[in-house]
Amino acid sequence: MSGHDSGGHAVSHKMLIVTCLALLFLTVVTVWASKLDFNELQLPELNIIIAIGIAVVKVTIVGLIFMHLRWDRQFTAFIFVASFVLVGLFISFAMMDTKEYQPEIIQTNSEQVQQMIDALPAAPKSEH
Amino acid sequence: MSQLEIQPDSHGTDHGHDHDHPDHLGHHWENSKQQFEAGKLGMWLFLATEVLLFGGLFCAYSVWRGNHPEIFQYGSQFLDTFWGALNTGVLLISSMTMAMAVTFAARGNRKGIVICLVLTLMGAAGFMIIKYIEYSHKFHEGFLPGYAFYEEPNASHLWLPLEHEHDQDVAHATLETEAHNTAFAHETIDRDEMPLPPPTAEPSVIPAAGTGPDGLTTNELALETAEFAVFLPPSVIGNLENQGPELDFAEHHKPGEVPHLSHPLQDPDRPPNAQKFFTIYFLMTGLHGIHVIIGGVVILWLLLLTLRGRFSKGYYTPIDLGGLYWHIVDVIWIFLFPLFYLI
Repeated sequence: MSGHDSGGHAVSHKMLIVTCLALLFLTVVTVWASKLDFNELQLPELNIIIAIGIAVVKVTIVGLIFMHLRWDRQFTAFIFVASFVLVGLFISFAMMDTKEYQPEIIQTNSEQVQQMIDALPAAPKSEH
Repeated sequence: MSQLEIQPDSHGTDHGHDHDHPDHLGHHWENSKQQFEAGKLGMWLFLATEVLLFGGLFCAYSVWRGNHPEIFQYGSQFLDTFWGALNTGVLLISSMTMAMAVTFAARGNRKGIVICLVLTLMGAAGFMIIKYIEYSHKFHEGFLPGYAFYEEPNASHLWLPLEHEHDQDVAHATLETEAHNTAFAHETIDRDEMPLPPPTAEPSVIPAAGTGPDGLTTNELALETAEFAVFLPPSVIGNLENQGPELDFAEHHKPGEVPHLSHPLQDPDRPPNAQKFFTIYFLMTGLHGIHVIIGGVVILWLLLLTLRGRFSKGYYTPIDLGGLYWHIVDVIWIFLFPLFYLI
């Protein structure tokens, strides 16, 4: 704490400039990384993972330095991180549901169900 | 009871009591630090709700992209990475100047606060100007959200260089076919949801058996037709919604004229429901843009208060908390930029 009675923290201008330069550098890295082609490695989803990873690093830097979380009480950081964790939970559960989505399920049976039906022995013909 | 009477002037010039405290400190606070910490806690809770607000849209984005990645890959190529990256830089630098304003405030440097707040305000204005350039370009080219995407664009002279009446007729026919297909597909969907008609018992309505073609009874024939109409698979409906005769507008370009970017309606490679990308794009960047405008108003307000000499080394809570709001705007853009521009 800086000592005066309002309790805020004064971050040096030098540190702010260095932080900003680091963030701009990471922006350039993001743009560069988005041009990489991982199809040869059979990892087409790597691009988005890298992009989100860099974004998380950038947001962490903004939070720690620009938003003073590094010098703040831990509870403040807890509120911020918790909001992102809750959004993560929300998206994860929604995506779990999305992955189960079968657009043809109303018109036709799903593949698994159809295989099970095909495997069944033919029904005996009625006597009448 | 007379002690409880309200005295309107009790809190006037003489402040109504003896003890000495700074102007900014509310009576219900022990000291400035306690007031600052409480205000900051409230601001951070508000920022958490902002994250949750955008979280809903990020969830919609994830679900749509998870189901149809090809729409996002297709739509993203119409966004200019240069403008997006430039806007990221503008926001990051304005975030830095905002943090600098807070440092100047903590050190009691009023001139420094004013310069930094003006720079931050310029960053906000610059961001909105760039967004205006991007949006107006998209509107002009016909990249609109929802069904507006499929409407006849008003700037047809830009991207439809049709000199002959015949070409214009073809273009109109295309758009009409599209509209009919959409209407038909929707009618089919509606039929899907309708309950089956109750079986009629009227003897006069039932036709004689064996009157239909191919040895089918009329009843069976009607049933087959109904089945065809009701159980159209969604993939077919999707195709019906999006198909249309392909046009070769490029051939009719004026000689020497640089061809414009083709409208998605002219693009044979356009995936079905391509408008969804622009729907979520305008929703998310639009809501973010509203936050930038609100942030700009807050910074302007802080600037006026600073010029009036309301802040001191011991009290600059509004600058600190206004700065936090400006940083959360930056934080959200940091996620938006790669998710829309860099697919």
